[in-house]
Amino acid sequence: MVSQPPSFTIAVASGKGGTGKTTVASSLALSLSGLVQTTEPGADAPLFLDCDVEAPNAHLFLKPELKERKEIGILIPQVDETRCSHCGKCSEVCQYHAIAVLGKKTLVFPQLCHGCGSCTLVCPEGAISEVLDVMGVLERGPAIGEIHFGRGVLDIGEPMAVPVIRQLKAWAKPQPGQWVVIDASPGSSCPVVEAIRGADFLILVTEPTPFGLHDLRLAAEMGRKLDLPAGVVINRDGIGGGSDGFGGRVEAYCKEQGLPVLLRIPFEREIAEGIAAGRNLVEIHPEMRASFIEMSSKIIGLTQTMIPKGALR
Amino acid sequence: MKIILSVTSPKLDSDLDPRFGRAAYYLIVDLDTMNWEAVENPALNASGGAGIQAAQFVTKHQCQAVLSGDFGPNAFNALKAAGVGMYLYGSASGVQQALDLFKAGKLEMLAAPTAAGHHG
Repeated sequence: MVSQPPSFTIAVASGKGGTGKTTVASSLALSLSGLVQTTEPGADAPLFLDCDVEAPNAHLFLKPELKERKEIGILIPQVDETRCSHCGKCSEVCQYHAIAVLGKKTLVFPQLCHGCGSCTLVCPEGAISEVLDVMGVLERGPAIGEIHFGRGVLDIGEPMAVPVIRQLKAWAKPQPGQWVVIDASPGSSCPVVEAIRGADFLILVTEPTPFGLHDLRLAAEMGRKLDLPAGVVINRDGIGGGSDGFGGRVEAYCKEQGLPVLLRIPFEREIAEGIAAGRNLVEIHPEMRASFIEMSSKIIGLTQTMIPKGALR
Repeated sequence: MKIILSVTSPKLDSDLDPRFGRAAYYLIVDLDTMNWEAVENPALNASGGAGIQAAQFVTKHQCQAVLSGDFGPNAFNALKAAGVGMYLYGSASGVQQALDLFKAGKLEMLAAPTAAGHHG
């Protein structure tokens, strides 16, 4: 059993989509859960947060019973036209052009609003009040392996994922001593940054292909900007050619950047079929549980040594 | 009557720019005097809300009609609220032809947005 700080968060991101973030995150959580490993008496099974709120899929593998549900959104302006003098101060202050004064009318564009409240503050007539604009739901409940499962689901057509992720992380707070596994969305844009922000360690899942390497660079750069200690999991190990192909290039990149390769998952038909049927990697290959536990110990060790100088942690 | 056209370059014989919110330039034409002015689109590279900014530009210059090729949902709603008429270029090519067709009442007036919104 590895020693744990108050709570320890591992975020899983990738850059490229479809590299195996959820495969790695769900098997990591299961390996750390009571099903697989004896935890300290009283210690909670891991908290798992599916932060890919635009297309959450971890429930397919961890099969949670989503007992609790909460609608969430942001506060957007509502203009009282009887008090509005159409001075335009609200539209001047809005960075997102979500409120516009057009002649004798003031219009709000909810899908552009970030909910910052500036327009309400600057309105000299007190004509703006704030109303909740629902953009998604948060759900949580117990999953297999007694995992505490939480996820956010952004409503279809809503353009902004960040507020849902932020509120999911605030809603599903970890207990002392609990492991937290965060499954991020692909890419390296705002939703990913919001998902991985504040994590203790960042796992970057990649594959030895041109796209895998290209997007790994972007994701690694993002992790560096956030001062997160990071390591790499290579999935579909073996597809991109050996040491003289993309396999070799990914390894060389990791070495050059000081990114430890934490785990290699082989490219196998058996794994692909199992995942397609909703089975977890550690159920398909139970012997891999030991590798995931070993990886988590390695990660704890790395956070003692990898924290960049001057990092805001 | 003052109208606005979305164009690709700051001159009276410019090509038409089919996109309202993301046009390179706006041509403000006073149909009574035929005085004109070209203004660069300040929101050309805005990350979002270009159509809304363009609509505010139109009302700031007190234009009563806009001629363009496409209006997104935000621009459409903003211009509609401001009571500005929206007309489509259709087959018109060049500013002069668009102005002639408009004056002859032969440009289609818009009742619904022509393009889907862009977000992100």
